[in-house]
Amino acid sequence: MKLEVSNSPHIRDRATTASIMRDVLLALCPAVIASGIIFGLRAVLMILVSVLSCMIFEYLARKIMKRENTLFDLSAVVTGVLLAFNLPPTLPVYMVVIGAFFAIVIVKQMFGGIGNNFVNPALTSRIFLVIAFPKAMTLWSAREGAFSFLKSLSGADLVSSATPLAALRNASADLVSSATPLQDNYTLPSLLKLFLGDKAGSIGEVCILALLIGAAYLLARKVIAPWIPLAYLGSFTLMVMLFGNTSFFETIIEDPLSVSAWETALFEPTYMLLSGGLILGAFFMATDYVTSPITRRGKIIFGIGCGLLTFLIRYYGNIAEGVSFSIILMNILAPNIDRLTMRKPFGGRKHEQV
Amino acid sequence: MKPVHAFLGGVHPKPNKNTDVLPSIRLNDFPEVEILLQQHIGPPCACVVAPGDYVYVGQLIGKAEHPMAVPIHSSVSGTVKEIHYVVSAIGAPVESVRIESDMKFNMLPSLSCPVINSKEEFLAMVRSCGLVGLGGASFPTHIKLSPPKGKEPDLLLINAAECEPYITSDYRLICEHPDQVIDGILAVMKWIDIPRTIIGFEDNKPFVQKIFSHELGKRVFKTGEKSDIQIRSLKTKYPQGAEKMLIYSLSGRKVPTGKLPHDVRVLVMNVTTVCFIGRYMKEGVPLVRKRITLDGSALNTPGNFNVPIGAKIKDVIAAAGGTREEPRKIIMGGPMMGVALDRDDCGIIKANNAILVFGSKETKIPAESPCIRCGRCVAACPMNLMPTGIDQSTRARDLNGLEFFHVMDCIECGCCTYVCPAKRFLTQSIKNGKVFVKAENARLEREKQLVTSLAGSLPGKEGQSGKQDQ
Repeated sequence: MKLEVSNSPHIRDRATTASIMRDVLLALCPAVIASGIIFGLRAVLMILVSVLSCMIFEYLARKIMKRENTLFDLSAVVTGVLLAFNLPPTLPVYMVVIGAFFAIVIVKQMFGGIGNNFVNPALTSRIFLVIAFPKAMTLWSAREGAFSFLKSLSGADLVSSATPLAALRNASADLVSSATPLQDNYTLPSLLKLFLGDKAGSIGEVCILALLIGAAYLLARKVIAPWIPLAYLGSFTLMVMLFGNTSFFETIIEDPLSVSAWETALFEPTYMLLSGGLILGAFFMATDYVTSPITRRGKIIFGIGCGLLTFLIRYYGNIAEGVSFSIILMNILAPNIDRLTMRKPFGGRKHEQV
Repeated sequence: MKPVHAFLGGVHPKPNKNTDVLPSIRLNDFPEVEILLQQHIGPPCACVVAPGDYVYVGQLIGKAEHPMAVPIHSSVSGTVKEIHYVVSAIGAPVESVRIESDMKFNMLPSLSCPVINSKEEFLAMVRSCGLVGLGGASFPTHIKLSPPKGKEPDLLLINAAECEPYITSDYRLICEHPDQVIDGILAVMKWIDIPRTIIGFEDNKPFVQKIFSHELGKRVFKTGEKSDIQIRSLKTKYPQGAEKMLIYSLSGRKVPTGKLPHDVRVLVMNVTTVCFIGRYMKEGVPLVRKRITLDGSALNTPGNFNVPIGAKIKDVIAAAGGTREEPRKIIMGGPMMGVALDRDDCGIIKANNAILVFGSKETKIPAESPCIRCGRCVAACPMNLMPTGIDQSTRARDLNGLEFFHVMDCIECGCCTYVCPAKRFLTQSIKNGKVFVKAENARLEREKQLVTSLAGSLPGKEGQSGKQDQ
């Protein structure tokens, strides 16, 4: 009789790295579909190219480095989708491939493969592309006119347009009314349009509704914990309320019972939350396991740090990648946050630093 | 009812308590038994029988010479065939007595119920009946019941949690002999002078509250007699039955790292251990039988079986109904902390609670992949440790890292490895880390002593020169 002699425990929970990645991909599907509807088939094509390039580069890199093939854990697919989500819909396809190379080979495989990268591959690759191809990466477009399947297929009805955040920065206008035209007949989208994605922006960041559906799925499946998104969005909103252009607390305290006062006060925080890559970043990028802290307290500190940095970059900075830079900077601090937030053992005194 | 404290972490494996409604079956069909002469923590017993001797059930075959040792008795009547060394379940060589049973189970004529008049007599009785911790730890009970001066317990906790999947032997004991459990508890409370007892059980065990309430209701207590016994249900979560977790859940006291329960004035006993005290005081037969849960997909008829100590595992499996497919893995214990055996002819020891027999389907353990830093192990650890950090430090042979991550505080419950999506062998790595730390600290200690002894041999000083071999 041949008996298997392995160490305890002899049973395992069902989740695997691949099953977790599968859940993430499922959560990204609504946003993929939304990108196709909003930006046309070209967006879906970009996602496909990104995914395929990531997979091919991962396979080749592992083979050249003489390591085992890790395609089966599906992390390359997830990186591919998230990378494409960060790109403008009119980006030339060859730039997508270069971005995939940078994300998979440089950021991930050169540092040791899955589990060893110290920054988020998709975000870092986006920053790299912005620096390498600034014109193409800042050429934003929005869908023009009414929605129609046929038009979406040809993708011919994308017109270049400023993103809401860029337009605001250029006009240095205070956010008071959604109907204010700013420049070149650009009208700031209404809150509803912001929420549904009828605006200019990256492929995956625009449709907040689709992203929230996906985020709800991830939270229900316990793939992500709520701490990082809550801390990120919470601290960001608080900073906007305290130090933004509309003084939230003053407006409310002056006239706490008037509906219009609340409307005015809440307009800026809501607008800021729904603009740019914030929702995508808070739920899908900052929560990346490898580059975020593993302790609960650490996750909360990480989220607060991201929120603060995003606020600073959006209100006082000059660049359009507030979310990307915040998350990357906090990624770099994650190992230190882990060491500082380690719990003392059950029944132990506070651990001494060795 | 005081609030119940919940420890952080823990996991919820599928309970698989398939045998909890089945009554225990007594099995005696064993032609020979293999009784190990060390079934306790401490030095082994000395053999007092020789090949050719006829022995009775309950006759002393292993004399406990060291103060920590606990005597061992024959579980069958028959002829001693051989005294030899065998390999135990964990791979260590142990002296063992092989006895051929005459299937008559003749009891030793001189067996009688003990008469106890003092604490010393009580402790001597606990030792002489062969009692060790029957929850799996095999700690000598007479030592457990003698805490150091100044650390006398004010609380007795009875561990009826049985948090491992599959195992139901403690639960069946509660269903079948609640009177002996209460007898044992009252005896310990009386002779060790403990004012209060709490029996803790997991809430996936039906009727325990009712059974004990009914049993306690039948008793009439005299004034002044210690009778403060509470029964408390605990939320089912592995490892609720781990000593430190149980103490915290039932009393809110945290055992400091590196310390023992008596340092927080608590005494924890497994329900089967305390039941045996009650039984021995009424029946006078030393510890020679054990109730074992047999379960697993490869078995025909899982259940709880009362078997003689020393019965070989393959014989127990056959007597219990046999297998329906080729066994690929036999575990002594539960699936979270049990030991996988490499052979099926080991004898049952006092510490056994379960034998799990699995076929090829459950035996597949997936291959390890790189850590993705998901943090599930950190969230699952009941001791608040960082298993992934310890794993990393062990693989890097980093002594400082291992001490930073408090590797010695791990209770080896297996929660981290259970939840890891990358299927990393974290518990195994942590065990290796502990071995490494012990070895390294011993080596550093030896080097320090070598340096000190060399310094003492410098010219001009008196005394021995040269190396001192450890």
